[in-house]
Amino acid sequence: PRPPLLCRKLSGLYFIEDRKEWSDLEPVPQDDGPNPVVKIAYSEKFTDVFDYFRALLKNDEKSERAFTLTAEAIELNAANYTVWHYRRVLLQALEKDLRQEMRYITAIIEEQPKNYQVWHHRRMVVEWLSDPSEELEFIADILSQDAKNYHAWQHRQWVIQEYKLWDSELEFVERLLEEDVRNNSAWNQRHFVISHTTGYSDPAILDREVQYCLCQIRKAPHNESVWNYLKGILQDRGLSSHPGLLERVLELKETQCSPYLLAFLVDSYEDALETNNTRATLNQAQEVCALLAQVKDTIRREYWLFLGRSLESKYGPTAAPQSDAASSDAADQQELS
Amino acid sequence: MENTPPTLRCFNENHCAELFPDDGVETVTSEEQKKVERNIEEVLSVYKQIHSVPEPTLLREQHYQYLKKGLRTLSDAYECLDASRPWLCYWILHSLELLEEPIPAAVASDVCQFLAHCQSPTGGFAGGPRQHAHLAPTYAAVNALCIIGTEEAYGIIDRERLLDFLRSVKQPDGSFVMHVGGEVDVRCQNWEGGLGGVPGLEAHGGYTFCGTAAMVILGKEHMLDLKGLLRWTVSRQMRYEGGFQGRCNKLVDGCYSFWQAGLLPLLHRAFFRDGESELSLQRWMFEQQALQEYILLCCQNPAGGLLDKPGKSRDFYHTCYCLSGLSVAQHFGNVDLHREFILGKEENRLAPTHPVYNICPEKVAAALQHFHRLPVSGQSSAPSSSSHQQPAPAADGELS
Repeated sequence: PRPPLLCRKLSGLYFIEDRKEWSDLEPVPQDDGPNPVVKIAYSEKFTDVFDYFRALLKNDEKSERAFTLTAEAIELNAANYTVWHYRRVLLQALEKDLRQEMRYITAIIEEQPKNYQVWHHRRMVVEWLSDPSEELEFIADILSQDAKNYHAWQHRQWVIQEYKLWDSELEFVERLLEEDVRNNSAWNQRHFVISHTTGYSDPAILDREVQYCLCQIRKAPHNESVWNYLKGILQDRGLSSHPGLLERVLELKETQCSPYLLAFLVDSYEDALETNNTRATLNQAQEVCALLAQVKDTIRREYWLFLGRSLESKYGPTAAPQSDAASSDAADQQELS
Repeated sequence: MENTPPTLRCFNENHCAELFPDDGVETVTSEEQKKVERNIEEVLSVYKQIHSVPEPTLLREQHYQYLKKGLRTLSDAYECLDASRPWLCYWILHSLELLEEPIPAAVASDVCQFLAHCQSPTGGFAGGPRQHAHLAPTYAAVNALCIIGTEEAYGIIDRERLLDFLRSVKQPDGSFVMHVGGEVDVRCQNWEGGLGGVPGLEAHGGYTFCGTAAMVILGKEHMLDLKGLLRWTVSRQMRYEGGFQGRCNKLVDGCYSFWQAGLLPLLHRAFFRDGESELSLQRWMFEQQALQEYILLCCQNPAGGLLDKPGKSRDFYHTCYCLSGLSVAQHFGNVDLHREFILGKEENRLAPTHPVYNICPEKVAAALQHFHRLPVSGQSSAPSSSSHQQPAPAADGELS
């Protein structure tokens, strides 16, 4: 039972019921049915705000007080998509100042950057204004607090693609990678920018990217992101198609080995087998799979064993047999590695 | 059934070799990862001190009490989920069914009536009474009703209106918005091999699972690069922690025990249907023991409920997905070929879960049997088997 009106006023808490401007509206209590389940013990304020929200929704009221109430409702539960939708209806019906709405949504996102609805709302306002001019800076600020915020990256990609704001994005990505070379979101953005601008077909671009990767690998060899990116940009053309790369990787294996390097080797050998299936190459691939399964990447043992069996099954029966020269070459290789 | 090996993987003397090597280059990513690993090290150390013989135990009774209470009432901490109440029903009911705790008929009926109050007159289910319909609570409500599995439950769904709703949120490009005027939800396989939320975005466990499961339902999983997807997924298991991360170079989280590990049964089946001859007949392609160790040793709240990682609070979402992941790790195969691997006591055993829908396989079968007999909107009688578009492989409730 709620304390009497006087006590509530003394404690400084003003609920909506106390405000004269709302006296014409009959609040609509939530109807969970007779025997509710997952019943939330809402605070009094929550109950008040949503009882009145339901009343407004029921009457389809399009007023300033309704608009003000949506902000209260959002503060109590920013994930209530029904409230957000209603706020957007009101923004249009009341012809509200969208610049002010941008300021509002900026503040809300800063407080709750991991909520879906707030980002979608911002996107709607940007679209209505046809004005993306604040976006890159705003998103950069959110990313400075959490460089991997998925919603922020999604919004950023949308803005860039929609309004063709590609020009400084690679620079932005490089800055982030300088700060944290392990930021997988930044590596993804790198791929996003390049594939939508220059593409990877130009050999100069591809080689630039390969060199960039090798440089980052030398600095921090146990960084899965860079190895995934390297594979990602080469796999359509074939990992073994880039001249000299396999040799560089085999060099790195001596001093900067990692499970990711070894996996890259397996992938390179597999790619080589596609065009030139030899027992020597197949053995090399099997050897690395076995090393990964038994020693270097045992958490993925089942996978590496499967891959080994798969390769054997696919290439084994038709592998070009080793000639004597080839088998001694293979033996030399094994000694070196 | 396999017996538990005598030692735990995480108590292996070489386990510390799996700690993250930062190569002398400290970044936010490496520091966060090292923090988590030190935390886990501490948890494991404490466990070893208390238990001279390690035998991880699922705290069934505590989880049951936590779930039983939550199904009825929740504190005001749950105000933030006021637009996700069908999810709360699903997370709790699914957790109870995994624990093989029966739902009393009265409670089941109450859930049905509540979900009926969440159904929109224009079709689909909303996050709460009088809210707008939305695809996510619709998925949750339908799953929850199928877990209950009574005629009353099935009867709650207004199928004609639901079809109207689904049509209203279908986009020209083939994707769906989550609700009228809402955000686009499209999945896309990227350069990493996993799927992102929209084309261009980073691969992420949640989206990868949902997209792949959707493709399986449609019978179109072969349109994905399965090898690339497999490599990405297995790479998400953390070598030290044993659990899974959601994205490359991010932290372990108990919920990915399902979103990520749950992909492996789907992929196993996809490869099988593709004619792959080298699949294991005993194990999924992830470290089942390591995942069970992570969940049982690091993700249980002693007062009931499961969680993301040590230091985090329990909640019903993590309870659902940690238990679902534990079930995936315990059960290999399908009805015809089934191998169990229960870490710790036999009492740790959970019910198997269907990897596409994440409700128990018997419930999937029963629901399909019920709904396949009913007419599709616009037809006067139940469809004959020939008018079905290639019944989705998962549709028969079987995993082969």
